[in-house]
Amino acid sequence: MLIYIVKRLAQLVPVLFGITLACFLLLRALPGDPATLLLGARGGPEEIALMKQRLGLDLPLWRQYLLFLADIGSGSLGRSVVHARPVMQLVLERLPATLWLVAYSTVLAVAMTVPLALWSAMRRGGPVDLAIKLAFTIVIAMPSFWLGLIFVILFAIWLPLFPTSGYGDDLLSRLHHTTLPALVIALATASLTIRSLRSAILAVLGSDYVTTARAKGAGTGRLMGVHVLPNALISSISVLGAHTSWVIGGTVVIETVFALPGLGSLFVESIFSRDYPLIQGLTIVFAVLVVLINLATDLAYALADPRIRLE
Amino acid sequence: MSRFRSNPSLFVGLAMLALLAAFVALGQVWTPHDPFEVDYGNTLQAPSLANWFGTDDLGRDVASRVLAGGYVDLKVALICVAAPAVLGVVIGAISGFIGGRVDTFIMRVTDIFWAFPFYVLVIAIVGVLGPGEANLYLAFLLVNWISFARIVRGEVLVLRNLEFVQAARSLGCTTPRIVTAHILPNAVNPAIVYAMADVVLTILAVTSLSFLGLGIQPPTPEWGLMISDGRQFLFDAWWIATFPGFAIIYTGVTFALIGEGLDTALRPKG
Repeated sequence: MLIYIVKRLAQLVPVLFGITLACFLLLRALPGDPATLLLGARGGPEEIALMKQRLGLDLPLWRQYLLFLADIGSGSLGRSVVHARPVMQLVLERLPATLWLVAYSTVLAVAMTVPLALWSAMRRGGPVDLAIKLAFTIVIAMPSFWLGLIFVILFAIWLPLFPTSGYGDDLLSRLHHTTLPALVIALATASLTIRSLRSAILAVLGSDYVTTARAKGAGTGRLMGVHVLPNALISSISVLGAHTSWVIGGTVVIETVFALPGLGSLFVESIFSRDYPLIQGLTIVFAVLVVLINLATDLAYALADPRIRLE
Repeated sequence: MSRFRSNPSLFVGLAMLALLAAFVALGQVWTPHDPFEVDYGNTLQAPSLANWFGTDDLGRDVASRVLAGGYVDLKVALICVAAPAVLGVVIGAISGFIGGRVDTFIMRVTDIFWAFPFYVLVIAIVGVLGPGEANLYLAFLLVNWISFARIVRGEVLVLRNLEFVQAARSLGCTTPRIVTAHILPNAVNPAIVYAMADVVLTILAVTSLSFLGLGIQPPTPEWGLMISDGRQFLFDAWWIATFPGFAIIYTGVTFALIGEGLDTALRPKG
């Protein structure tokens, strides 16, 4: 296991380096002009030149990249123009809310996926299977920002069960405040994971050892709980991992809808305030977050399935 | 009837697409009211016989705007899939067929792009370029090609070693001819299926960007923008944000069903 971890960590280095390069090239080589955008109509030619100098945009590209790497290396990730503080400080302030939302929505997604996938698989081809499939085809097509607003109309305005926005102070009020946004993200995730867990369960159900277990007289509950589900879940861990990129991307829109103080809402704010260093820093933070969560799911996968470690 | 039974998703999806196309075309030539007409004497009216989906804060007819808004969303989403799809197929075919260092390099690039959440990348690019329709196209072109390239590359890797390709080569076919006439026609099916799923994701992304104020700009009738307008009036006028959402869902389900149907229809039998 240790060798596997070291190997996986070593693979991270080129990816992380590539992320900084891709982010840099995308944001700098595009025809956009951040200094002009930042100053808008207020900026005369001199102000724009001054801002370019301040952002380091007057330097040759390779020197800009080195400065950019130095900002990352120093741990500050650059300095926000609008907040006049290191980007890293802002990230650390906003990170907990985003991580909380990702964790809470993942728990809700798993809680929805396991029973529905089991039910679907056991009634394969029947009306329940079809209804679940149809319902989640519709969920896939739902814009998350719209679903968020519909939940607000239904469960915060018409039935005042939940607050319309905000984050809450203690654990209970945080659960209360973030249930609707977490549910929106969880539904989108579940629409993808239910399908994959259902096929995994069906694949396991067809295997020889399940037939053996059945022949030995295992009841449905024991068969599913002990023999089928654990094995089907293991293969679904990697599917869940593959969706983290979507979940993290989804938080950007949902945090804005529910006014949650996370990285996503900060990111959208940074776009509107044209806070160029902040946009850049957050883009990298999001990518690193995805890479780290993928690493965690890979390790969990290897822990659960010894075959992976030996490959 | 038996063909319907064998692939209901495709038939239902295509029927829904025909209806969608009819409504979008209708929305360009006729709407119950002028979608741009402001009427301050008739603001925030609940759905009624005169205004089926109610009116918004400027007294504009929501039903007319939903009908007229389909064109922009559908056009932008289709271009934002089709253009990167072509790019991705070409890159994927090159990567898979040439192999070696070129392939390794292209795959590393896609790995890195893959680490960025889709929304984050698109929003960042639009943020640097500034909002607007043309910049949406550029942003999606830069981001959306990756999946197509990976899918086609995988197919090409398998196909290029099959007997019929070797037969074509021994008959003296040139490399470009082998790729375009023998390999690509067989490699694009999974890309076509993926394109349908991608239309669903892209419609969601385009409307999300407009909702955030980074996509299509007002006063164009566009579904994401309308939902964004309705957001300020959730307490008094639920209909403004609700109905454009139904239109987005209908469009998404249409393409999801077609994608599923094509997956069944194009999958090699046996």
